Amino acid sequence: MIQVENLTKYYSDLCAVNQINLDIQKGEILGLLGPNGAGKTTTLRMLTGFLRPSSGSVNILNYKIEEHPLEIKKLLGYLPESAPLYHDMLVYDYLSYVADIRGIEKGRKLDRIRQLADLCGINEVMHKPVNELSKGYKQRVGLAHAMINDPEILILDEPTSGLDPNQIVEIRQIIKQIGKEKTIILSTHILSEAEATCDRVVIINRGKIVADGSTESLKESAGDKKNIHLTLQNADFKSVDKILSNLKEISGITRIAESDSQLEVRLDCRSAPDQRAAIYQQIKQTDWIVLDFHQETQTLETIFRELTLEDA
Amino acid sequence: MRQAIPIFKREFKSYFVSPIAYIVIAIFLLVTGWFFFATFFLVGQANLRNFFSLLPIIFSFVIPAITMRLVSEELNIGSYEILLTMPVTLTDVILGKFLAAVFFVIAMLIPTFAYPVTITALGQLDWGPVLGGYMGAVLLGAAFSAIGLFASAMTRNQIIAFIVGMAICFILTLLDKMLFFLPRTMLGLLAYLGADIHFQNISKGIIDSRDIVYFLSVSFISLYGAYLALREKY
Repeated sequence: MIQVENLTKYYSDLCAVNQINLDIQKGEILGLLGPNGAGKTTTLRMLTGFLRPSSGSVNILNYKIEEHPLEIKKLLGYLPESAPLYHDMLVYDYLSYVADIRGIEKGRKLDRIRQLADLCGINEVMHKPVNELSKGYKQRVGLAHAMINDPEILILDEPTSGLDPNQIVEIRQIIKQIGKEKTIILSTHILSEAEATCDRVVIINRGKIVADGSTESLKESAGDKKNIHLTLQNADFKSVDKILSNLKEISGITRIAESDSQLEVRLDCRSAPDQRAAIYQQIKQTDWIVLDFHQETQTLETIFRELTLEDA
Repeated sequence: MRQAIPIFKREFKSYFVSPIAYIVIAIFLLVTGWFFFATFFLVGQANLRNFFSLLPIIFSFVIPAITMRLVSEELNIGSYEILLTMPVTLTDVILGKFLAAVFFVIAMLIPTFAYPVTITALGQLDWGPVLGGYMGAVLLGAAFSAIGLFASAMTRNQIIAFIVGMAICFILTLLDKMLFFLPRTMLGLLAYLGADIHFQNISKGIIDSRDIVYFLSVSFISLYGAYLALREKY
């Protein structure tokens, strides 16, 4: 549906986006992740045709963005970061204005606005000026604005920034609901958000794609190291070290916490074969009491840190 | 092109939602009314020549105040990004905003119809120059609105937009009065560039195509300048 080829953007000498290639399918919810200044917003702005790329191309449904900007803009709904709406307009007037620009017929306009007001939960603020709205409501009005013509593709730049936890959950639900039929591209630096809403995650750092895939596949590919946490009662570090270091696959044992009765250690295991059975066999022979025994799963957080801090 | 209409409507309405419109109109009427009637009874002539001769100078101040926020504000709060990612072209945006300013100038001129109406009660008024004058005022207003829009498209700061717009309008108005500073060879060209001469011709009731072409070309060049300024921004 969307093909991005070698997309590059220079701001004078600074390279904000460097040779990005993406192929986005219909119905995907794609999360663009990256630290501040990684080039997320710049990439999204080029997808919408607002910024002209220095080189490279964007094709949306076989329209080239330089040649058919109007056709592409008709297919897109875009919510910029921090939803910069006109301050002096009432929410209803604003949505009605957007509907006029989008060419929605008079008869359908009111219905559509009502529908969106319900979906985005902005019924109470329809007759308030935009500059009196809280950040959360502004964001929702922005979302309603982006969806007014029922676009095929929705591009959201940090849709949940500055919202409280309840609002975040609500907006995520809205996004998921729309994402069943539409293609959504959203940027965020909140990892749990990408994990909760996106089918596919693209991590960019310094203008380059450093990872691309579903959250599961990213987690799988990320580490050949697996850590096992063990919390024991009635044991001391020295004997634990002695007994467990017999196992070949354990490369290191680290004491994390030790109190009078409890000992928590981390076992660094080398690779694929699951070591938990062997460890259990070792422990069974002692009189330690196992309080907690789990294998650390790679979170998106750790992957993100690994990928974006590598060459920092 | 059709998309210019909702933009025009929004801009025109937003003048009247905020107090700007009322303040600007009140100041305009106060200033023109004062300068006109202060000498009207002393001169004792039933015409509007005095009113129209002051109009270019007053417009040089008032119109940049109307146009300064048209683009600067959008650049400043970032709503420009939303506007341009909707299915509109830059031409639509500029045209819509320009028309809003022109119609605002017309709205501002309507109350001044009270002057000729008052005069007809006092003496024999020749309506030819009056209608010519209003036509010239609209053309002049359009040209100055385009200049103000251009200044507004250059910066996100409304005060800078106002000062730059005012400076350009002021120079165009006063150009033919500054000619004695300038070399003889350029006189013809520079005299043609001054806005005041063209306006005074029309307001005498002489409708010459050269004057109309002048105002239309100033408008067009300024709007094209605004177009280039915005296109280069992103």
